[in-house]
Amino acid sequence: MAPILEVEGLQKRYASGHEALSGVDLTIEKGEILALLGPNGAGKTTLISIICGLVTPSGGQVRVDGHDIRHDYRKARALIGLVPQEIALEPFETVWNLVRFSRGLFGKPRDDAHLEAVLRSLSLWDKRDAKVHELSGGMKRRVLIAKALAHEPKILFLDEPTAGVDVELRRGMWEVVEGLRARGVTIILTTHYIEEAEEIADRVAVINRGQILLVEEKARLMARMGRKELRIELQHRIDALPDRFAAQGLELIHDGNAILYHYDTRGERTGIASLLAELAEEGIVLRDIVTRQSSLEEIFVGLVTEDAA
Amino acid sequence: MNLTAIFAIYRMEMLRFARTILQSFIAPVLSTSLYFVVFGTAIGSRIDQVEGVSYGAFIVPGLIMLSIMTQGISNASFAIYFPKFIGTVYEILSAPVSFLEITIGYVGAAATKSLFIGAVILATAHLFVDIQITHPLAMVAFMGLTCLSFALFGFIIGIWARNFEQLQLIPLLVVTPLVFLGGAFYSVSMLPPAWQTVTLFNPVVYLISGFRWSFFGLADVPVGLSLLAIAGFTLLCLGIIWWIFRTGYRLRD
Repeated sequence: MAPILEVEGLQKRYASGHEALSGVDLTIEKGEILALLGPNGAGKTTLISIICGLVTPSGGQVRVDGHDIRHDYRKARALIGLVPQEIALEPFETVWNLVRFSRGLFGKPRDDAHLEAVLRSLSLWDKRDAKVHELSGGMKRRVLIAKALAHEPKILFLDEPTAGVDVELRRGMWEVVEGLRARGVTIILTTHYIEEAEEIADRVAVINRGQILLVEEKARLMARMGRKELRIELQHRIDALPDRFAAQGLELIHDGNAILYHYDTRGERTGIASLLAELAEEGIVLRDIVTRQSSLEEIFVGLVTEDAA
Repeated sequence: MNLTAIFAIYRMEMLRFARTILQSFIAPVLSTSLYFVVFGTAIGSRIDQVEGVSYGAFIVPGLIMLSIMTQGISNASFAIYFPKFIGTVYEILSAPVSFLEITIGYVGAAATKSLFIGAVILATAHLFVDIQITHPLAMVAFMGLTCLSFALFGFIIGIWARNFEQLQLIPLLVVTPLVFLGGAFYSVSMLPPAWQTVTLFNPVVYLISGFRWSFFGLADVPVGLSLLAIAGFTLLCLGIIWWIFRTGYRLRD
């Protein structure tokens, strides 16, 4: 599929000397959802801000659907919608006037039917005449999305869209994102909630200290870097593991009531069958067995910690 | 030129103005009436005429100038400072619009509001004194250009200001004294000779003088010089705004 966003050698050095981005390369294809993960200060917001025209880059290139963001900024920006991290809305204006303003600002002719469809899809139609200060926090976030969608963008940047919202609303947001993807909108999402990336992203990019550490399909990343663990709960507590298990890296946990075994899913043999047999030989009686896949969060933390080291 | 975007910005600003229309209407009517009571009646009773014009009528152009200059600055500076303050400026900066289009939208709306207020003051003044407008077209041109140039100046202040204190700093400490000392309530010829020379360094003198000429045909400085001053000030402000958007000064970093 053709790329809709190409970032090449993007650099940003602030006047203070802080290097927020040091040569970022990133290609995003049409219609995908990319989760951009990184710790605070990693460069996520700077990267988005440069692409959207809010911050001037120090070097490098960005093309949106082939249009350079500096030399052909009108065409590039017309394709982008941005939902910022902070709730930034005119408090005394109505929802309808705000979305109408956003559409006009991007040079699109008035289209009340489209605005109505956007507001309905975000469950805001009933609130179209309400002033922003009368809305709840969740509704304000949806108004931000409605404003970003008012001019029918091809790429939508969601900068921490569910920060500080409750679980129910977060799930509602994910449904909205899924709906947008179904309509062919490319979505780039930054988030602190790794669960969010795990739930909705097609690909994951990890950024740290101004550099992209990896970009990979989520499923492949989890298969490649993910590990599984087997927790064996014991019928009777034991004081220590027999010596023969020392080389297998087993851990005695829960005050001697369970054993933890890590194994690689890509290995030819997991070693589970032989482990269980050996435990039986030692007279250790099992009560229950639970397996768990390591989460994206654990992979992310591992990557960032490794990079810091 | 993205006319749709210009109209969107202009409309949004005028909607804000419409929300406070009563305040926008009553405030200039009240302040003009007070000026007439204090300056026109109390002081005017001791000053018979200034160069053949009754003192009450003489101060009308100065009063209008005082209001449209301060209103032009405050409307335009607030218009761009408020989005910066609440964070909504991100949308303006990420939109496919040029600096000229953004400026036309915001400054156009601020200048329109000032024109409205100027017209209200002129109408209110009519209730107190007889006013003749010798050069009506020139009067409209001077008023329009002053609204525009001071709105441009206010726009720069709004971008430059990092807090509300800075937003008020230049209007209070620089503009208001210059307007009061710029011949709003007196003719330069009423000053001692030394001060007449000093006052010519005040750019506001040229604006008020030209505007007063359009009413009574009286001017402290040649009208051509007044037009040159206002055109120069407008171009200077436009140049500064162009530089701000080119470099992103206090907007994009």
